[in-house]
Amino acid sequence: MLRQLEGSRAVAEAVALCRPEVVCAYPISPQTHIIEAVGALVRTGKLQPCEFLNVESEFAALSVAIGASAAGARAYTATASQGLLFMMEAVYNAAGLGLPIVMTLANRAVGAPINIWNDHSDAMAVRDSGWIQLFAEDNQEAVDLHIQAFRLAEELSLPVMVCMDGFVLTHALERVDLPGQADVDAFLPPYVPRQVLDPADPVSIGAMVGPEAFTEVRYLAHLRQLDALVAIPRLAEEFATRFGRSSGGLVSTYRTEDADTIVVALGSVLGTIKDAVDALRDAGERIGVLGITAFRPFPTDAVRAALARAVRIVAVERAFSIGFGGVLSTDVALSCQGLPASVHTVVAGLGGRPVTRRALEAVLHDAAAGKLGRTTFLDLDTIVVERERARMAADRRSGPMAENILRDLATSAASPHAEEGR
Amino acid sequence: MTPTPIRFYQVGSFAVGNRLLEEELRTVQSDPRRANSLDRGHRACQGCGEALGARYALDAAVRATGGDLVAINATGCLEVFSTPFPESSWRVPWLHSLFGNTPAVASGVAAALRVKGRSNVRVVAQAGDGGTVDIGFGALSGMFERNDDVLFICYDNEAYMNTGVQRSGATPPAARTATTEAVGPEPGNPFGQGKDLPRIALAHGIGYVATATVADLHDLEAKVIKAMARHGARYLHVLVPCPLGWGSQSRDTIRLARLAAESGLFPVFEAEDGIVTSVRKIRHKVPVEDYLVLQRRFAHLFKPERRDEVIAHLQALADENITRYGLVAPEEVEV
Amino acid sequence: MQPPYAITLDVGSSRANKTGAWRVERPVYVDRLPPCNDACPAGENIQRWLYHAEAGDYEAAWRQLVDDNPLPAIMGRICYHPCESACNRAELDEAVGINAVERFLGDHAIARGWRFDPPPAETGRRVLVVGSGPSGLSAAYHLRRRGHAVTLVDQAEELGGMMRYGIPAYRLPRDVLDDEIERILALGVEVVTGRRIDDLAAEKEAGAYDAVYLAVGAQIGRRTEIPAGDSARILDALSLLHQVAAGDPPLLGRRVAVYGGGNTAMDAARTLRRLGATDAVVVYRRTPKEMPAHADELADALHEGVQARWLTTVKSFEGGRLVLEKVRLEGRDVVPTGEFEELPADALVLALGQDSDLSLVEKAAGVAVEHGAVSVDDAMETGAMGIFAGGDVVPGERTATVAVGHAKHAARAIDAFLRGETLAPPPRHPLATFDRLNTWYYTDADRQRRPELETARRRSTFDEVVGPLREDNALFEARRCLSCGNCFECDNCYGVCPDNAVDKLDLAASAAAGRHYAFDYDYCKGCGICVAECPCGAIDLVPEVI
Repeated sequence: MLRQLEGSRAVAEAVALCRPEVVCAYPISPQTHIIEAVGALVRTGKLQPCEFLNVESEFAALSVAIGASAAGARAYTATASQGLLFMMEAVYNAAGLGLPIVMTLANRAVGAPINIWNDHSDAMAVRDSGWIQLFAEDNQEAVDLHIQAFRLAEELSLPVMVCMDGFVLTHALERVDLPGQADVDAFLPPYVPRQVLDPADPVSIGAMVGPEAFTEVRYLAHLRQLDALVAIPRLAEEFATRFGRSSGGLVSTYRTEDADTIVVALGSVLGTIKDAVDALRDAGERIGVLGITAFRPFPTDAVRAALARAVRIVAVERAFSIGFGGVLSTDVALSCQGLPASVHTVVAGLGGRPVTRRALEAVLHDAAAGKLGRTTFLDLDTIVVERERARMAADRRSGPMAENILRDLATSAASPHAEEGR
Repeated sequence: MTPTPIRFYQVGSFAVGNRLLEEELRTVQSDPRRANSLDRGHRACQGCGEALGARYALDAAVRATGGDLVAINATGCLEVFSTPFPESSWRVPWLHSLFGNTPAVASGVAAALRVKGRSNVRVVAQAGDGGTVDIGFGALSGMFERNDDVLFICYDNEAYMNTGVQRSGATPPAARTATTEAVGPEPGNPFGQGKDLPRIALAHGIGYVATATVADLHDLEAKVIKAMARHGARYLHVLVPCPLGWGSQSRDTIRLARLAAESGLFPVFEAEDGIVTSVRKIRHKVPVEDYLVLQRRFAHLFKPERRDEVIAHLQALADENITRYGLVAPEEVEV
Repeated sequence: MQPPYAITLDVGSSRANKTGAWRVERPVYVDRLPPCNDACPAGENIQRWLYHAEAGDYEAAWRQLVDDNPLPAIMGRICYHPCESACNRAELDEAVGINAVERFLGDHAIARGWRFDPPPAETGRRVLVVGSGPSGLSAAYHLRRRGHAVTLVDQAEELGGMMRYGIPAYRLPRDVLDDEIERILALGVEVVTGRRIDDLAAEKEAGAYDAVYLAVGAQIGRRTEIPAGDSARILDALSLLHQVAAGDPPLLGRRVAVYGGGNTAMDAARTLRRLGATDAVVVYRRTPKEMPAHADELADALHEGVQARWLTTVKSFEGGRLVLEKVRLEGRDVVPTGEFEELPADALVLALGQDSDLSLVEKAAGVAVEHGAVSVDDAMETGAMGIFAGGDVVPGERTATVAVGHAKHAARAIDAFLRGETLAPPPRHPLATFDRLNTWYYTDADRQRRPELETARRRSTFDEVVGPLREDNALFEARRCLSCGNCFECDNCYGVCPDNAVDKLDLAASAAAGRHYAFDYDYCKGCGICVAECPCGAIDLVPEVI
């Protein structure tokens, strides 16, 4: 049924359609609307049976989900940013124990400085934890990915994180087609745990594993993630058959057929990128887009196939590895080893800074002209940076950096972002 | 001559068993069909109080629930010595997740069982003192506050033993640990405010809070069984001496637990619905020194010279407990 | 569905890990000799019969008891219970009232009419027992139980020896004595009373006895030279007691002195009070500390109004006046002081010890007599083959209990002798000392006391002074036993093992093993908690031989 809904609300309803039996949450922006909505659905009896637990921290939230999942219940939670980091230990644990929890990550920057706005730093921080990470481009995909996520998680007995950009998606009103309960039920059978705490058939879950078997355990986890590379497209196909639209899968391509330049990105920024690419195509440039839906497991083969004929690859990333550079770029570059294309990183939209079509067009134009460097920070205010560096060089106690910059921005008309008044 | 009640036999209610008692009045541990929830072959040190406490508590819980029981375990000695791949010592369904999240995991299990319509299966969470009073404290408080249907058992050996005897929030004042060495002008753990978790649990208003030691099996089992008869959040704090961490003889584990209670340093009581309803009276009161002197972690109180003021301070803590809980019968207080 | 590799394990799989390899010391179950058993002159397995009594199985308790001593109702009255003096519980609160429980069992058996098991088979061997006191009766019993024919001969008209003619009825009612004697005789003992044997060797020969047990006791009161006027009434305590027992009490007057400090002196003084003496005065040359009389006897005597003169000797007795001399002690030696005093007295009773009439062995070749006692070896055998002796005729402490113990020992030796074997007593276990106990586990329990006859009534009657325990407090008292040194199935070792390395055996397995528990040394790490927490000290920790 087509409805005009806030992204959070749409996801909440999608989650409810998946009949989670235990939902636990701790509030953190921009995830709050999701769990508020799920909580309301439980309270009103629309989602039943379901235990909704208000817990005292994100660490507890995921821990409750771990317990619930180990006891055979379908478990769901949601978080963002600091919350994800606060539950980090449990994130690894859920994956290590092979518990098919589904968690929404409303992507948000990680402080300090504290910042509630969108980027992908949080997701990137847990990319090695063993969770499957799926990125939604828009709210419809966020809805659809959640339905697929439960099925995927339970098939593979692995936790799945559905990443959706904070505010940009979670708080955006869009038209969303929410499937019917019967279709979801048909797509998503009841949870049959791979292992369960049951007095009738007791097992000991969570053993200490030493050097003699740890490598094998890790390798098996890796293989299971690779299994997801097969399962994800299969489920996407099945989903398309049942629900009449394609959603999910490993990657999506846009105008890449004859492209020399291919832009690679995750999440909602793909929409802006596609607009920019359309404009550049109109200007005669051979450029296309590769959207990555499954970031973990990383679809190396699909990425390589999509980029086989490219001359240059531009990874637009909403996170970066401080002291090195691109994160996505690294995965892409390794996937394209031996191919002729050069790989460029564009770090964009950190901490919620808008990624504008104009700025993207400019940087992609430079790329097509062979003028783009290895790593570029989109819209970087170099004046502010230089001033702060000068202050730091001059005075050991130069004051807090973030405050200095904000003060600079307030007084400097030269800054392109001064008028935004953030 | 006043007639004496005939239910008395040599060791009355203090030994594990009693060949003359009706079976239902004997301890669970005396039953040859006990569950042995923690089976032989585990790798606990010689004389481990925690291994003993865990079997005592879980076997009683198994009896109380007819075996419909799930155990959640925090990281720590108990977890490490019971489940090193490829061997598990547990005979009950058991889950270990992390160090600090045990109460929350247990909440999740309880929630799952409830939603599955299997509330007959009960949840026991267990952790050491570190996992309870320190790293797991927030989660425990949350579990209490939500009144989730979990019995949480803390096996308190008063330090981080698994990592090599470092101080925890439950380490007693003056005790030597690897992070409070017996050096400097004030050797051992500083005198602080203490972290009296049973009282903190009481402050949450949960239905059942009790303390026990491995030295009084009847008391411990009765508390577990009573706890399992109730629903909602429940807390049991069990003192389990650690020969390694305390520097005591492995054979003295139970003796030390007994002395801790008999000196008043470890008050044994029970509270229902927020009110202390019973207190295990001291049977033969002993000075704290009797307890301290058996442990190398307190050796610096006696050598190279006696530190009378520290011993007196510890005695004062014991006396405070005796007063607070009324651990000594009134006629004995006057003596 | 297969659980995940390594992370999830099968329950109980740790049994593959044999932690017993860590052990440097191993616990072993032991049996120790309880101090009560050790101290019992009759060789009773007190702890074992208490064990049955604790369960309320009084018949099993009684049968265990009479394995060693056929006179429990008597012993429960007249034994001076060295078992209680040795009892470890005395260090905790008060000794277990073993004697009271023994009496309860004895009385219970009489009331229920429990009989001894007849001998399994007759051996055809014949044994002569001379003397029917506690030793002779016990010997007859033990020998009959082994199937030997017994002829019991006594010079008195009735059986019982000192129990009948020496011990006053207020301590041992005669119906109890008769009941316990009758039960022994019911085993089939040939009894000859009123017959004095003058030549034991000849008697053995004539009667074609295969063996003889000589237990004629010590029936002759010792005299001492006391200058006395013609009218002075002096007699020995044994005669007094004998006459009272025979129903013919002598008339001695209102003021009577008793000279001596043994139990017989106490019996005599207390008897005199009952016969109407207003002043019954015990004169003893040492102090209460040196008195051979049992402290309880002295206490009872004083309680009943008997007076005492310590550090005093009798110099003469003339004209209703005893002349007494104060003495002092130098070590054990009694030194006269030359201080004299007078004591008005109608009679003087001498209680200065007893001697045996051993004329019957004068002609028995090989039977040696030294210091008035028959010499015997470890098997109670005299120098004459086949002639054994026990009780007061042999050297040693002269109590009924010792006499019973002699009889048991001699009966075993006679039995071995009749079968052509040598008696080899089993080795004794080391003692179960108090320091081996973990007394924490024993409930605090006050000793149960027997009721006693009001003092007023003790002045006029020979009613029994000490009453019985009821069944409930007898049971309670039995349960005060600490079971020193021997497992009593408290399950502590089974419960306190952190390694779950103790098995509690089922009935069949425990019968086979002779124990109720077994260590599983595959897993026992040797921590020693079971040793430390065994209440009764029945586990040792011994170094592992590596």
